[in-house]
Amino acid sequence: MSILRKLGEVSLDYLYRMGVMGMFLLKTFFYVFTPPLKINRFVKQVHFIGFQSMLVIVLTGCFTGMVMGFQGYNSLSKFGSDAFLGPMVGLSLIKELGPVLSAFVVTGMAGSAITAEIGIMRISEQIDAMELMGLNPYRYLVVPNFLAIIVSLPLLTALFDVIGIFGGYLVGVKLLGVGAGTYFGEMVSYVDMNDIMEGVYKSLSFGIIIVWVCCFKGYYTGVFTGFGAEGVSKATIQAVVLSFVLILVWDYFMTSLMF
Amino acid sequence: MIEVENLHKSFDGNKVLRGLSIKIKKGEVIALIGGSGCGKSVLLKHMAGLMRPDQGHVIIDGNNVSTLKGKKLTTLREGLGFLFQGGALFDSMTVFENVAFPLKEKTRLSDKLIDERVFHELENVGLSGSEHKYPSQISGGMVKRAALARSLVTDPETMLFDEPTTGLDPVIGLSILNLISSCHRRLSFTGIIVTHEIPRVFEIVGRVAMLHDGVVRAEGSPKEMISSSDPVVRSFVGEDAEAWSLCEPERSGSQDQ
Ligand SMILES: Nc1ncnc2c1ncn2[C@@H]1O[C@H](COP(=O)(O)OP(=O)(O)O)[C@@H](O)[C@H]1O
Ligand SMILES: [Mg+2]
Repeated sequence: MSILRKLGEVSLDYLYRMGVMGMFLLKTFFYVFTPPLKINRFVKQVHFIGFQSMLVIVLTGCFTGMVMGFQGYNSLSKFGSDAFLGPMVGLSLIKELGPVLSAFVVTGMAGSAITAEIGIMRISEQIDAMELMGLNPYRYLVVPNFLAIIVSLPLLTALFDVIGIFGGYLVGVKLLGVGAGTYFGEMVSYVDMNDIMEGVYKSLSFGIIIVWVCCFKGYYTGVFTGFGAEGVSKATIQAVVLSFVLILVWDYFMTSLMF
Repeated sequence: MIEVENLHKSFDGNKVLRGLSIKIKKGEVIALIGGSGCGKSVLLKHMAGLMRPDQGHVIIDGNNVSTLKGKKLTTLREGLGFLFQGGALFDSMTVFENVAFPLKEKTRLSDKLIDERVFHELENVGLSGSEHKYPSQISGGMVKRAALARSLVTDPETMLFDEPTTGLDPVIGLSILNLISSCHRRLSFTGIIVTHEIPRVFEIVGRVAMLHDGVVRAEGSPKEMISSSDPVVRSFVGEDAEAWSLCEPERSGSQDQ
């Protein structure tokens, strides 16, 4: 009896949390589409999220592309079709690896920082102070991050793709001897606009997942995780892990829908 | 006017407030005393609408804070100043920006006017010269004073001070109490000062309430508290206060001048 009861309590608790999380997203959407927008904070967050992640995006993009060059060449040359290295690298980057890995980088660099910052503001009562001034914390803390990620992530993803394709070129063409014309020519004929849009849609939705999860976890630090520095560190870990998982699960659904 | 009636609040079975009632008249400032963890901050947060009661309600100037929502709650809060126990300054802003923030965001004052008021308020709390430091670069006492300036800069009608002097050295503690009392004379807000600064706070308030076991255990003028026969009150108000009351004639004499 008590096991059943415990089970019921736990599942109710989870349901409640999911409800709160859903409400958080709805509220965020509401405040995104109603003025006023805090432009200064938005610009600051674009700089923080977009600019600071750029170097890491370039590095991961480049190495991912180079690995793809090796692996793709290896697999394709078994079937004697190493001419298709270009489309293979391009398509996997644009449709899959670019959006997912860029989202991971942004989660790790910006998402975790957002959770920690909002979490610290929560436990040191700065969010309460803001509410008491009659100001809406969503407008100051959540919306600017939301818009900044929506703007930055697709751009970072594009950068990732371009650098990755270049990395594939370095390995495939310069090192393994696929013709430069073949690499790019085949890529141009096999990658069409739909593939690019698929990547854009993915990175937009991953952006929403990241802001949603990371802001939510920060905002509710103390309520669901316990107070103090430990609460913030727990919230940050949960935010990163949950973002990663949701990104991959959502990626599966989107891929299967657009297949 | 603040009326708290039969307020109950518990956290996961931990009953913090158990039917607390208290009334504070318009323009009156009372001292709220009580042991650590007895729910003083929780009570203030209910008054500011940051927490919702399990039962009972808080009424400020005729508005039931416990049920207000949205715009009405915002309006009520605009007339409310709250000094948080830890200051709650925004760490991404300088002291100046912190104090200017409520004015910039909530009023249509010109930048020049805002600058003037902020500098004036910072001068009042003795923080001239530290305007451009960040909260992490100043001492705990300065954080409290900056937070005090921020909560007073909007000229609130109701002020809730959560331990304005705790953790400060006696000199600064006293200067903050004096500051609060001079602001009260100037703005005549209705207020509550949560403090352990007994007996010094007795000089600036007309009434004292003691929180114990989730209810107001005793309330009355400082003198009544000191002469109370309730052992709980006695153990808290203690001998310092008796010594203070003995030298009272002298002190009030000097105040008249
Ligand atoms: N948000 C909260 N969640 C759970 N428990 C809380 C919360 N806020 C306060 N409490 C509990 O309420 C009690 C009173 O806290 P508080 O009002 O901060 O005490 P103090 O009188 O020292 O200000 C403490 O036992 C504290 O653990
Ligand atoms: Mg307290």
